[in-house]
Amino acid sequence: MSLELLVASAIAVLVAAGLYLALRGRTFQLVLGLTLVSYAVNLFLFATGRLVVERPPLWAKGVTDHADPLPQALVLTAIVISFAMTALTVILSLRGFLEIGSDQVDGLAEPGEGA
Amino acid sequence: MTAADQLMIAPIVLPAITASATLLMRRRLRTARAVSLGGCVAMLAAAIGLFAMAQDGSIRGYALGAWPAPFGIVLMLDRLATTMLLLTEVLASVVLAHAAVTGADRRGWHFHALFHFQLMGLNGAFLTGDLFNLFVFFEVMLIASYGLMLHGQGASRLRAGLAYVVVNIVGSALFLIALGLLYGLTGTLNMADLAVRVAALGPAEQGLLRVAGLLLMTVFALKAAVAPLHLWLPRTYAATMPVIAALFAIMTKVGVYAMIRTVPLIFGAGAGAAAWVPGPYLLPAAILGAVLGFVGVLAARGLREQAAFAVLASTGTLLMPVSLWREATLAAALYYLVQAVLAGAALFLIVDATMRRRGSYADAIVPSPRFVGQDAAGLLYLAGGLAAVGLPPLAGFVGKVLILDVSYAVAGWPSIWTTILGTTLLGVIGFARSGSTLFWKAAPSGTAAVEGPRRSLADFVAPIVLLALLAWLTLAAGWVTAQTRAAAAQIMAPDRYVAAILGAGR
Repeated sequence: MSLELLVASAIAVLVAAGLYLALRGRTFQLVLGLTLVSYAVNLFLFATGRLVVERPPLWAKGVTDHADPLPQALVLTAIVISFAMTALTVILSLRGFLEIGSDQVDGLAEPGEGA
Repeated sequence: MTAADQLMIAPIVLPAITASATLLMRRRLRTARAVSLGGCVAMLAAAIGLFAMAQDGSIRGYALGAWPAPFGIVLMLDRLATTMLLLTEVLASVVLAHAAVTGADRRGWHFHALFHFQLMGLNGAFLTGDLFNLFVFFEVMLIASYGLMLHGQGASRLRAGLAYVVVNIVGSALFLIALGLLYGLTGTLNMADLAVRVAALGPAEQGLLRVAGLLLMTVFALKAAVAPLHLWLPRTYAATMPVIAALFAIMTKVGVYAMIRTVPLIFGAGAGAAAWVPGPYLLPAAILGAVLGFVGVLAARGLREQAAFAVLASTGTLLMPVSLWREATLAAALYYLVQAVLAGAALFLIVDATMRRRGSYADAIVPSPRFVGQDAAGLLYLAGGLAAVGLPPLAGFVGKVLILDVSYAVAGWPSIWTTILGTTLLGVIGFARSGSTLFWKAAPSGTAAVEGPRRSLADFVAPIVLLALLAWLTLAAGWVTAQTRAAAAQIMAPDRYVAAILGAGR
């Protein structure tokens, strides 16, 4: 039980922090937020195969209980995609900053000291 | 498995090959164009072949790598999938030809490669029988669309592009959570297998199941730009090049397709707490979408923005019959879907042809001095407006009449009738206002004449082809509605999918 609680709260904290950051007005915080959300999602996907310890995901001699290998494969795909996406957002933010001269998410000019 | 069955994988393999080939022709645009158009025509031929194959009413499965069904990845071919494939390939061929004619593919790198990767994502999404694969093909489609959306670059495009990318990344995260929940509950992501296992879930799991279903529908609604989740669309479509927005006309409909594909199959009558899961929320959202869309058409300041709102409005109108989840309403919705995609694309291409001639006035809805080709552009714009609003003689009218007709049998018909008739009026006023401003009003005296370059009339061809297709959809409405009815009947009999997909592998 405690393991489940730990993983669940870790995912919850990651999502909360990620969403908070993703709603901020600057692209750097946005990128960090999206990264945190994608970590949380990957953890969540991993946990859908049930949390078990010391069981191999593949066939091994003399082992009857296996961990579910499919979520691990899904997580791998999700990691690759979210990694590429993060790279793309970073590039886009950089291009935006260089062309527009502002790192505001909606691309407006600097609104003074605020934000 | 016969050789004909191998054709099923062609709509995914062909664009992958074409895209890779055009990547190698970075500096040889003419060759790249030829290869790209050739790839499109080959795909169109494959789609026609598949459409003919699906005419016998059977549902075909294609087990990749010959791994049996619930374990391996499976493609699924039915009337709905082949209709969508054919629609995509027709649209893609016309749009690609227009891009080549207008030289839009010269404005940045890798246009053809991105275009074909986008098609690969679209085709894959229509063919797959596996939810995780649907996610992957959505991503393929989206990643290519990010590149296409930013094609040609510029500050405003970058600004809108970041918002578009971020919205879709958040959407993808939600998609994965929904998939994780479904997998945790059922231990499978194969759609046919899910249909069986979701129906067999115990009472303790109903709450989670409903959450998973609603999350999945939220994601599809986000991709389809359904009303409260639509804010990304007008900005994105108005900022990108019109020819690319014309291809994107089908992207929102992929979200609608995903709903039509998953709801009757997985979340049908037997799904317990998740039965018809978008149920009470979809109709109000669709009505809101149609109203907001046509109000946007009326209020738009630019032609691209207006066309984007027209796409939004068509999605709203389309979802009204979809949200009733009956065979007859789905059939009407499918007819409307086909014509809405073509009409949206036609409108964007007409906007492109107009913009190219107006010089610095571009797509702003303000009076400008006369420009070369104004009369032809005005006539086309009139036809595009008719198509987008749904007035005779184009197919939007038939689509709307069909929706009104089938929804009359349902308790909530007054809201649907009021919305469709009211928004049509709004749309007529909107297009009449912008059309008369653009093509009839003289510019205030003292403004310089438009110094647009002289263009050949070649860029009018693609919009005319699309409008002709819309006229054909009206003339052949009998045959087309018979097709959509057959497709709807197939969708509403999920047992046959389970038998076809899981039975084949055993």
